Amino acid sequence: MLEARGLYKSFGEVVAVRGVSFTARDGQITGLLGANGAGKSTTLRMLYTVLKPDQGDAFIDGRSVTEDPLAARRAIGVLSHGAGIYNHLTARENIAYFGELHGLGKADRADRAAELIEQLEMQPFADRLAKGFSQGQKLKTALARSLVHRPKNVLLDEPTNGLDVMAVRGLRKVLAQLRDAGHCVLFSSHVMQEVEQLCDEVVVIAGGAVVAAGTLDDIRAHGGDRLEDAFVALMDGGENKPEAGK
Amino acid sequence: MKLRGIWAVFRKEFRENLRDRRTLLSALAFGPLFGPILVAGLVQFSISHSEEQAEENIALAVTHAERAPNLLAYLTARGIDIEKVDLDEAGTRKAVVTQSHKIILDIPVDFGDRLQEGQPAPVVLYSDSSRGFERRGVGRVRTLISQYGIEIAQLRFLARGIDPISVLPISVQEIDVSTPSSRSVIVLNVMTYIVLLSMLAGGLYLAIDATAGERERGSLEVLLTAPLPREHLIYGKIAACASYMLISLVLTVIMFSIAMSFVGLEQLGVTANLGPAAAATLIACCAPLILFGASYLSIISGFAKSYREAQTYLGLIITIPTMPLMFAGLLGLQAKAGLMFVPFLSQHLLMTTVVRAEPIEPSFVVISVVSTLVYGAILMYLAGRLYRREALLG
Repeated sequence: MLEARGLYKSFGEVVAVRGVSFTARDGQITGLLGANGAGKSTTLRMLYTVLKPDQGDAFIDGRSVTEDPLAARRAIGVLSHGAGIYNHLTARENIAYFGELHGLGKADRADRAAELIEQLEMQPFADRLAKGFSQGQKLKTALARSLVHRPKNVLLDEPTNGLDVMAVRGLRKVLAQLRDAGHCVLFSSHVMQEVEQLCDEVVVIAGGAVVAAGTLDDIRAHGGDRLEDAFVALMDGGENKPEAGK
Repeated sequence: MKLRGIWAVFRKEFRENLRDRRTLLSALAFGPLFGPILVAGLVQFSISHSEEQAEENIALAVTHAERAPNLLAYLTARGIDIEKVDLDEAGTRKAVVTQSHKIILDIPVDFGDRLQEGQPAPVVLYSDSSRGFERRGVGRVRTLISQYGIEIAQLRFLARGIDPISVLPISVQEIDVSTPSSRSVIVLNVMTYIVLLSMLAGGLYLAIDATAGERERGSLEVLLTAPLPREHLIYGKIAACASYMLISLVLTVIMFSIAMSFVGLEQLGVTANLGPAAAATLIACCAPLILFGASYLSIISGFAKSYREAQTYLGLIITIPTMPLMFAGLLGLQAKAGLMFVPFLSQHLLMTTVVRAEPIEPSFVVISVVSTLVYGAILMYLAGRLYRREALLG
């Protein structure tokens, strides 16, 4: 379970996140929906401990990211923006390297890599150097890497960026599997359809603050039949909120 | 404190860069191979050139040769090949500029008359001093002509009943006390410079790839979510960088040892102590610098926003630590306790001492090793601090 409590973060003059609070529960897919620059990435980065909040705190299964970041990190798997992997390692080595960083023994990480390669259907390219990988292959590698230590919580920053339809469908399937296995999945997106098709809960962020949260139906109640209409209605309502940059 | 993270990062960086042709070439080929071969080649070239020059007759073009037959006979007898040419002054200058004749001697019309009258008889020697290789030839011709003049003067004194010895009140006797080894200083300066530079270059691409490259690829962010202290990540990278520097250093020194054994240094009157024992000592002298170099390169490229930017910085910055060596060469610095506190310079001075087969002062070695390791540790700590900053993500 992920819990954000009153997160604030500014970069110099620019306030990127101002008081974000929400909860992402186990066995659910939670979407962090917002326009570009709304503060989604900054929020996620605080949750996965690479940025320290100026104020507020976040808890990963009850562990504070500010007080015990190492413990928090053990409980999360992260797919960062762009999903960069190591070009001179094979997909399998990329996965195993992160297993090692997470403290998995040699046999354990080899087993786990093999398991993930099968689960994500990566067999055709698992032992090729990542140099010539397609976006979809890169994403699968990065996803497997983030799951190697069996984290209870999975955070993904704009995972579908630059993916073709088949790759997006593949990703959707994996995220649904994770949810069904009881994981807590949190991902950010600015694409309505994706959020609509995948999420159990949605947190809408604008201007660095949460403007709405709840189930898809809760959000749709803000206006229109479609999520997009509701989103636009929320943005109009939030017009007076101060602009926030990234 | 658990160090498994450092070990994991070290192994991954070491292996990944082993597959990167660019890193591999710079660590294992460019520095270690080309450096020593280049130096050995240059030395060999200058040796064979100076040998040829000493042996070869010098070609001298002479205008109006008929005006000074005795002088020319004197020169011919002493290894000067006379070629008679017919040129006016402008033509002479042009011939030297275009190098169709490298040295031209012009005998003025009144040469013979003035000589007979006992007046100074000028001759004109044309050459192009910007062409380094001709300097020796010109010098020899000039010396021979002066000698011819002195011989004439001595004959004149004899004819007047004066002992010619009395007009040579001072004679200079030169005694060169330089040992063959100490004469090799210039060669050595180039050699130590290349050893140190090649060592740094060995870790250059790995340092860039592991810091600026990692950020540019977008893998840094996920790496930072591994449950490890952040400084352990950079320590692992520094260790990998250091291992490549060590490989590069060892290979470079071995290559020098091999390449210089093919060069006839003795013909230059130079011997260099570059056997296996000396090579091992050279490596040991430089090894403490590796921590310093690896941390230094990692910090600089850690500040760069992209691979390309890091490359631009490092191309310049890699030469900074070797600056003291240039001063040492210019000022002719000798090993002193105070200089042992200067990284790179102390290694240079120690290496020079070893190659010159001079005794090493143990206290110098201690100061050099300890101070260099302390600087390296400080830089490594600073690199760790750099990795704890949030701005690292860019």
